[in-house]
Amino acid sequence: MEVLLQLYWVFLKIGLFSFGGGYTMLPLIEAEIIRRGWLTTSEFVDIIAVAEMTPGTISVNSATFIGYNIGGIPGSLVATLGVITPSLILILFGSIILLRLKENPHGDSLLKGFRPAFIALVVIAAFFIGKDSLVDVPSALIFGALFILCFQQKISPFHIIAAGAVLGLILYPFH
Amino acid sequence: MKNNTENPQNKVPLLKILLVFLKIGTFTIGGGYVMLPIIKRELVECNHWLEKEDFYNTMALIQGLPGPVALNCALLVAKRVRGVSGGIMAAIGIITPSILIIVAIAAYLFPLVKEHYFLQAAFYGIRPAVTALVAAAAFNLGKDIIRTKFTFIILAILLIAGLWLTIHPIILIVASGLTGWVYYQLMGGKK
Repeated sequence: MEVLLQLYWVFLKIGLFSFGGGYTMLPLIEAEIIRRGWLTTSEFVDIIAVAEMTPGTISVNSATFIGYNIGGIPGSLVATLGVITPSLILILFGSIILLRLKENPHGDSLLKGFRPAFIALVVIAAFFIGKDSLVDVPSALIFGALFILCFQQKISPFHIIAAGAVLGLILYPFH
Repeated sequence: MKNNTENPQNKVPLLKILLVFLKIGTFTIGGGYVMLPIIKRELVECNHWLEKEDFYNTMALIQGLPGPVALNCALLVAKRVRGVSGGIMAAIGIITPSILIIVAIAAYLFPLVKEHYFLQAAFYGIRPAVTALVAAAAFNLGKDIIRTKFTFIILAILLIAGLWLTIHPIILIVASGLTGWVYYQLMGGKK
């Protein structure tokens, strides 16, 4: 029971402080989940991969997945509920406040002020994921090749991960 | 085409909203930004619940909102169509497929990875692929946001604080917001 409450609280924080897409939440998960020892970094990276390749938004998918790993089906429900609670409350019952905030010069400055933090969070995510994933020459090669491919238009995250899986099979036959 | 511009609030059944968002939640792979155009197509073009203008005006609120982008979009537009209960239907519709699929994977498929030799090899390749995706996202975001010396300096400070000193990300977000607030208020005052 205590774990479920903790899960809800942790994912509530993650939902409240993840702006502009799934990747900004990754350092939050690192700080709140991995530092607690609930998950290892490699398990976490595998979960992101699954979350990218399955239907749905990445943050809801990873919340469900991590919740399940920690607390079974109740855990997955609680974590998902946590990550969507801020959106539900803000949009369903507070959209007038939001509108005011955007039109207010103070609110607008504050929102603009958040922006450098979004990039910082995604860079931090790249570093902590990379530290765990780029461990030898083949993995560095896979990273380099796919990083360049990412800037190609028409290539979706799904393709990048599928390509990674194929390269993994080719380069790690006797791991 | 039905004429439902007069009073759309009463005309769209909640069950229909639930079904449309269940469909979107089940068939869209690739996260929030892939979902937005599909939500628009379903609501504006297929079902005529909203005018295009209405959709974009509602969407303008999304920037700066915390939480999953696709969920926020679904909530906003469904609320516009059918009030709070419409929003709740949309939320249920969009997250239910995620929960079912992910729980199935986590319970049955994922445990196999640790045992299966080839799956393991695949995941050794998938991890650098995920790193590449995140690194590329950082580049693209940076290109869009870092336009001034001020944002560049703030980014540098945040990176040192986050990477070196491992300061908690929530502290980084709040500090960045407050610094921006002070800075943009001062800049605005000069005009």
